[in-house]
Amino acid sequence: MSELHDTIKNVIENEPVALFMKGTPQFVMCGNSDRALRALRDAGAPVTAVNVLPDPAIRQELAELSSWPTIPAVFVKGELIGGADITQELAESGELARVLEEKLGADYRASAEERVVDVLAPAQR
Amino acid sequence: MAVERLESLLQAAFPGADELRVEDRTGGGDHFQVTVASTRFDGLSLLDQHRLVNEALAEPLRDGTIHELRIKTRGIS
Repeated sequence: MSELHDTIKNVIENEPVALFMKGTPQFVMCGNSDRALRALRDAGAPVTAVNVLPDPAIRQELAELSSWPTIPAVFVKGELIGGADITQELAESGELARVLEEKLGADYRASAEERVVDVLAPAQR
Repeated sequence: MAVERLESLLQAAFPGADELRVEDRTGGGDHFQVTVASTRFDGLSLLDQHRLVNEALAEPLRDGTIHELRIKTRGIS
């Protein structure tokens, strides 16, 4: 397996909430990524964002790992939640907060900082 | 043209769907809103419902026809 594959797998499995998106939370490059990010923010989720745009290989590895073909993709504790539509629907129904509480603990909002992980970085060193 | 292609792929995947709509959201032929109501979704999680739509549209997703896809699904029962 490639180093990129392992890095992406690591992010999915170990980050409380992983958002694979086009752009970064500071500079979103796609409407669907924006909707997913907003839904997660509304639910008070601690978002770890991965920008897939720098290298097409990120999307390829992600699609293989998750069997989810489109961006964005949202994972909570390693489990695929879905793309923008599902995340938004779950946020609007209150189900997203329930899932976050169940998986991350009732006080998950306390750690709701956003960060960005560069999955290409280890390979570049 | 892309709308018709997406519609026929969805019709093949969800025969007899109660509702099946493909909208070109921007008029540019690459941003789509897809709405499907089908018994195939009955009892499935939202994630699995969307997976079925993604599977039906795998080819246009892969070949770049679909730049952005919005999915709305519901079961019948």
